[in-house]
Amino acid sequence: MKYTILVYESPTELGARTDGRRQPAYWGAYRAYTQALKEAGIMVGGSGLQPPSVGTTLRQRDGKRQVQDGPYAETKEQLGGYYEIDVPDLDTALDWAARCPAASTGAVEVRPNLVM
Amino acid sequence: MTGTGTDDAHRAAELAARSSYGRLVAYLARRWRDVAAAEDALGDAFVAALAAWPRDGVPDRPEAWLLAAARRRLLDAGRHAAVRARTAPDLRAAVDEAQDASTAAVFPDERLTLLFVCAHPSIDETMRTPLMLQAVLGLDAARIASAFVVPAATMGQRLVRVKTKIHDAGIRFEVPDARELPARLGPVLDAIYAAYGRGWEDVAGAEEGRADLAQEAIWLGRLVTRLLPDEPEALGLLALMLHCEARREARRDASGEYVPLGSQDVARWVWPMIDEAERALHAAGRAGIAGRFQFEAAIQSAHAQRGRDGRTDWEAIALLYEGLVRLAPTVGARVGQAAALAEARGAEAGLAALDAIPGAAIARYQPYWALRAHLLGALGRAGDTAEAYARAIDLAEDPAARRFLAAKGAAPPRRG
Repeated sequence: MKYTILVYESPTELGARTDGRRQPAYWGAYRAYTQALKEAGIMVGGSGLQPPSVGTTLRQRDGKRQVQDGPYAETKEQLGGYYEIDVPDLDTALDWAARCPAASTGAVEVRPNLVM
Repeated sequence: MTGTGTDDAHRAAELAARSSYGRLVAYLARRWRDVAAAEDALGDAFVAALAAWPRDGVPDRPEAWLLAAARRRLLDAGRHAAVRARTAPDLRAAVDEAQDASTAAVFPDERLTLLFVCAHPSIDETMRTPLMLQAVLGLDAARIASAFVVPAATMGQRLVRVKTKIHDAGIRFEVPDARELPARLGPVLDAIYAAYGRGWEDVAGAEEGRADLAQEAIWLGRLVTRLLPDEPEALGLLALMLHCEARREARRDASGEYVPLGSQDVARWVWPMIDEAERALHAAGRAGIAGRFQFEAAIQSAHAQRGRDGRTDWEAIALLYEGLVRLAPTVGARVGQAAALAEARGAEAGLAALDAIPGAAIARYQPYWALRAHLLGALGRAGDTAEAYARAIDLAEDPAARRFLAAKGAAPPRRG
């Protein structure tokens, strides 16, 4: 089954990306995690995302496009990236999600991909 | 073939349903990773049996017949679904099933797997017990709904939703390995105990649906200890439930009034059940790993001592509660500890222990207010006593318990 691991990070965590002092540890942890997924042969895809402030939200209503600056919802933790993995079941996906750096600092959500 | 006629067929179908429903569902659900589909197929198989058996006679192995019929349904449904959604796992299961069809006579007991699926951490905690009752025991949604005091349609929808999640989220149909087992067994035991609690609350047998839920929970408890014979907490839970169940009848006097544990007629306790509880607790102790259910069972075991020599060792009980509170500082355990301390060292000690419980936890916890009222009464604090009794009576669900408290509250306070 294909699952997507949604990586939720607090503003502080997201700030570590550009903070000279915390940068090496932040990127080092994600590089190691990504490498582990690749070596296990389960990584299908994924990407880090730019911060929510750079996001644009779109709604299509009554044939009209409503475009809005920023993320869909103001929440404490924001979607910072995602990994798409192919593993036999939810429990395996959860084991991998638990190893994601954000599992310890923010939260990760695991969702099965839609089969289309 | 043995027997003919509708009655025989009905009896055979009922017997097969009672004795092997959970095994059949568990086996099919694991193969197809789909609880709802397994239940539906088995339901259809029972309908088919009631049509075929009166006509052709009851088969020698009703279980094998039902399994074969259910598998045919699943294969048909699987083919349709596979064509519709092109989902690979269903096709794989169909191929497995076709290869296995010849071994229908013997099939492995997968009920433990199913219990772990029902109590999986990704399943809504409030739905774990209802799911177990339905999938493993075959209780219908209406009966589960009445035990949980929600409308039958609501419970039905929730059960459908949670089974859909099991399938769609891809929950693993396997007994967790040794590394994960301790963490995963806890929720299974909690869900079984919750079923027992539902049955236990029904002291008067007032609600049809709850009446024998306690029995079903004990049945599940026995099942887990049979399938995982070396798990001390599973044995502890069984011992706890058996101890409580042994006193069920004694909780009511001849006129149906509530009788507290300390005043119960020990001749009305079911001693073979207490003996079984003691054996289970003893076996649990051999592992040398303490746990919440073992402590709770040990407390009940200490209470059972009164039936043997008329004495209750309240210091020992207070000590066991201390151990329980350290492992699981629930409000229930802390109130129990306060009650034991009051008996062992006097009402002030009990009241001090009650006062130490954080305020938010006790607002709607009935046993806290019942004990508080009792202790304040013993200390002769009339005004506070009446207020505490009023709250305890207000929070009591059981009419007999309400009457008992009202009678106690009306009696003049005695000095303890």
